[in-house]
Amino acid sequence: MTNAPFGLTRRELGLGLLVAPVMLSACAKPAEERIGAATPWRDIEKMARGQTVNWQAWAGDPKINDYIKWASETVKARYGIDLSHVKTSDTTAFIQTLLADKSGGRTSGGRNDLIWLNGENFSAAKELGLLWGPFAERLPNWELVDVKGKPSTITDFTLPTEGYESPWGMAQLAFFHDAAKLASPPRTIPAMLAWAKNNPGRFAYPAPPDFTGVTFLKQALLELSVDRTPFYKPVDKAGFDGQTAPLWAFLNQLHPVAWRGGKSYPPDYPSLRQLLEDQEIDIAFAFNPAEALNAVNAGLLPPTTRAYILDGGTIQNTHFQAIPFNSSAKAGAMVVANFLLSPEAQARKADPRVWGDATVLNLAAITPAQRQLFEALPKGSALPDEKSLARALAEPHPSWMLALGDAWRARYAT
Amino acid sequence: MRPVKAAFARNPFGWALPLTLAVFIGPIFLGLFGTLLPAFGLQPALGSFELSFDPWHDFFNDPALTKSLRLTLTVGFGATLIAVIIGFCSVAILFGTRAFGIVRSLLAPALAFPHASFAVGLAFLIAPSGWIARLISPWATGWDQPPDLLIVRDPDAIALMLSLALKESLFLVLMIVGALGQINAGSLLRSARSMGYAPARAWLIVIAPQVHAQVRLPIYAMLASALSIVDMAIVLGPAAPPPLAPMTLDWFRELDSGRQLMASVAAIFQLLLVIGAVLLWRFGEMVVNLAVRGPLTNGIRRGWAERIAGGVGRIGISLALVASVGAILMLLIWSFAGTWSWPGALPQRWSAAMWVRSGDTLVLLVWRTAIIAIAASAIATALAIFCLEAGIGQPKSRWLVILYVPLLVPQISFLFGVQLLWNRLWLDGTMVAVTLTHLLFVLPYVFLVLSDPYRALDPRIAIAARSLGASRLRTLVRIKIPLLARPIATAMAIGFAVSVGQYLPTLFAGAGQIDTLTTEAVALASGADRRLAGVIAFTLTALPFMALALVSLAPNRLGRANQ
Repeated sequence: MTNAPFGLTRRELGLGLLVAPVMLSACAKPAEERIGAATPWRDIEKMARGQTVNWQAWAGDPKINDYIKWASETVKARYGIDLSHVKTSDTTAFIQTLLADKSGGRTSGGRNDLIWLNGENFSAAKELGLLWGPFAERLPNWELVDVKGKPSTITDFTLPTEGYESPWGMAQLAFFHDAAKLASPPRTIPAMLAWAKNNPGRFAYPAPPDFTGVTFLKQALLELSVDRTPFYKPVDKAGFDGQTAPLWAFLNQLHPVAWRGGKSYPPDYPSLRQLLEDQEIDIAFAFNPAEALNAVNAGLLPPTTRAYILDGGTIQNTHFQAIPFNSSAKAGAMVVANFLLSPEAQARKADPRVWGDATVLNLAAITPAQRQLFEALPKGSALPDEKSLARALAEPHPSWMLALGDAWRARYAT
Repeated sequence: MRPVKAAFARNPFGWALPLTLAVFIGPIFLGLFGTLLPAFGLQPALGSFELSFDPWHDFFNDPALTKSLRLTLTVGFGATLIAVIIGFCSVAILFGTRAFGIVRSLLAPALAFPHASFAVGLAFLIAPSGWIARLISPWATGWDQPPDLLIVRDPDAIALMLSLALKESLFLVLMIVGALGQINAGSLLRSARSMGYAPARAWLIVIAPQVHAQVRLPIYAMLASALSIVDMAIVLGPAAPPPLAPMTLDWFRELDSGRQLMASVAAIFQLLLVIGAVLLWRFGEMVVNLAVRGPLTNGIRRGWAERIAGGVGRIGISLALVASVGAILMLLIWSFAGTWSWPGALPQRWSAAMWVRSGDTLVLLVWRTAIIAIAASAIATALAIFCLEAGIGQPKSRWLVILYVPLLVPQISFLFGVQLLWNRLWLDGTMVAVTLTHLLFVLPYVFLVLSDPYRALDPRIAIAARSLGASRLRTLVRIKIPLLARPIATAMAIGFAVSVGQYLPTLFAGAGQIDTLTTEAVALASGADRRLAGVIAFTLTALPFMALALVSLAPNRLGRANQ
C-alpha cells in the first residue's frame, strides 16, 4: 500500500490510528477538539458526531425558522449533530458579546458555534480576530460554489472572505409594485424621481442608518455617479462631499414629493412593505428578489404584485456562515456549513414556497439530477425576470455604510 | 424553652437587607459605573486606559442631537403633564359615582397591559391606513387610498406623546386610587359639599393636594420613564431622528467603537437630563402651588373651572380606556385576519393559520417569558417579605427611596453596564441574567404592594405567637404568611406583569440570545407580518391578565386561609 488514504504517509496514518481514540475522546469533551490544517474531512465528520452546534441566526421570519428546523432535523439524522437554533434579533449584539469574550479571555467553551452574517458584521468580526478559520475552502461542497459567476461569494462588501465564512445565499435589491395599480413602474433612479414628481406622496424608503435604507442610498449613488471606483475603497473623507454630491441633489428633489413630504420615514424594510400593503405607497423594495412573491404567498400583497431589477442593475451581495473563535464544536459547525452548501439544502432554500433565497452554487458544476431540483422550482409571476438578476452591482466598501448613514442623518434628521 | 426576651432581641432576618442591597443596588451601581467609564474613553477590557472627552465632544456635535433632545423633552414633559391632568381631573369628576367603580375595575388590567402591546395595537388603530380610517372610508371621507397624513411616526413625536399620556394616565389613576385609601376622602368631601362646593371642585380643592403629596414619587417615576421611553418610541415615534433613548440604543448596537462610546455618553446624559427634569418639575409644582392658592381659597363654590376640569377628565379617561380596549381588539382581529386590505372595515378573509403556524415559537416564547417572570416575582416577593421582617419599610424608613431608584434612573443609563457585569460573570445571554435584571424593576412594585398590608397586620398576633414560644421564622411561616396570602398573591401577580413587560432589560441582559414575548412584539411591531405581530402582542397581553385573573378568581381559598 503506497498511497494511503487522504495522501498521508503510512507513518502519519499509523500515528493517526494511535491518535484517533484520543480524538474520539476529545469529542466527548468538545472543548479539547483539535482540527489541524491536515485533518481529513472524514475525521471532522467523526468529531462532529454527537456535538451540539449552537447556530446563531436571525429569527425574524417564520419561513427562515422553519427552514432552519428542517436543517436541524436533517443533520441530526445524517451526521448525529444536535443543531440548535439560537434565535436572535440582533447579530451585532452577538459580535459585541464575542468581543467581550475575547477581551475577558473566554477563548473556549463559547456560546455559539455558527453565525449567520455578512458585510459590516463580518468585516468587524474578522478584523477583531473573532472568527475561526480559514475553513470554508476545506468544505467538500466548496467546489460547487459559483465564485466566478457570483464574485460576492468570496468578496463580502469588497473584503476578501479568505475562507473565514462560507457562502449561504444570495441577496439582490429588487423593486416591486402592484401591477393592477401601477402598470409600468420607473426602471432607473432618475426615472424614479420623475415618477415621484408626477405621483407625490407615493414613494418612500426606510430611514438610514437602517440597512435597507442605506442600501437604497448606495444604489442611487452608484447609479448617479459616473466614476464608481471611489465606492469600492474605504471612504476618503476629503473626497466624500464631492463624490456624494449627486446623491444629495437627487434626495433634495425627491423628499418634497416623497411619502409624508419626506418628513417621516418608515424605520425599516418590513414597514416599507407594510406601506405598500396598506396602499400608502406604490413602490417598495427589498434585499431579496423573492420577497414580493413571499409576501404574495403569505397573503400580504395582492397576486397582481410584480418584481423587477432596475435597468442598470442593482446591488447584490451574499450572506454567509462563520465560526466564532471560541466555538467548542468547530467540527460540527463545519459539517453543518457543508450541509447548507449541498445542492439539496440549497435547492430547498431557493424554493419560494420554503424561503426563496437564491443559491450560491454554480448550476453547471452539479449533477443533472441535482440541477433538476433547481429546475423544478415553481416560478412565480411575482419574481423578477431571471435574466435580469444577472444585472448585478457589487456592494461598496463597508465603510460607506456608516459614512452614508451619518451624512444622511446630518442632512435630513435634524 | 427559649427565653422570650432573647427571641425578640435577635432578628434572624438581619441578613435580608445586605442581600437585597447586593442584588438590587449592586447591579445598578456597577451598571452606572460600567456605563460611565466608556463615556470618558476608558475601556479597561479593551486595554484603553486613556481619559478622553472626545466621546462628549462627538455626542454634543451630533447633528441630530438638538432635534432628538427636543423630541425627548416633548414626549417626557408633554406625556407626563397630560397624564397628570387627565388623572386628577378624571378622579375629581368621577369620584363617588357609579362610573368610578367601573373605571376602577378596569385599572388593574389596564396597568398589566404591556406598553409594547398597547403601542402595536394603537398604531394600527390610528394610522392613516388604520382601523378608524378604514371604518369611515371611503363612504364618509372619499379616501380611496389612505390619506397622506402625518399621524403615526410624525417627526415631532406628537402621536407618541399622546399615546404615552393616555397609557400613563391610567397608571396615575390607579396610584390616586391607592392614595385615596390613606385619606378619609369621603367625609372630607361630604363636609366640603355641605358648604355648597360642586363635587369636582371640592375634590380638587380638598382632596387633590393630599393625594398629590402621596403620588409625587410615582409621578417622578412617570416623568423619568417618559423621558427615556424606548419600546413605544420604536413603534409610534419618528425614526429620523428618534428621541434620545432609542437613538442611544441604536448607537449601542453599532459595531463602530466611537459610536459605542457616544452611546455611553448619551446614556449618562439621560441620567443628568432626568435629574434636571425632576428638579424642574419640582420647581413647577411650587409655582403651581403659589398660583392656585388664590383661586382655591377665593370662596367660589362652583363655576366654569370644575366644568372644564370635569370635561377634560371625562374625555381623557374615556380616550385612555377606548384606546386600551381598541388596541387589544386590534391585536385580536389582526391575529385572526387572513387578508385585510384597504379599505375593508374587517378582514376580507379570516384565518387561524398564524396561530397554528407560530405555535412552536409561541410556546417557547410563552414558556421563557413566564419562567423569567415567575422566578423574578417569586424572588422579589421573598426578598420583600424578609426585608419587611427585618424592619425595613416602616413609613419613615429611608430605604424606601432606594427602592424607587430603578424606577427613577433611566434604564438605558445603567443597563449597558449591567450587561458588561453579566458578561464578566459569564452570565450574559442567559435566563439567569435576564431574571436578575428584571428583579431590579419587579422588586419595587412588589415591595410597594406588600408593605401596606404587612404594616396593617395587627402586631399583637405575632407577639402572641412569639410569647407562646414560636420562633420568628415559625411565626412568619405559620402565622403571617397565611394571613397575608392574598396580598402576597397580588404582589406576585403584579411582579409577574412587570417582568413580562420589560423590554430594555431583556434586550441588554439577554444579549440578543434571550427573546421574550415583549422583545419579539417590538421587533415585529415595526412592520413585519401584522397577523404575527397580532398573535405575539395579544399573547403578551394575555399573560399578565391571566396572572391577575388567577388572583382575583381565587378569593375563597385565600380568604379561608385568612381566617
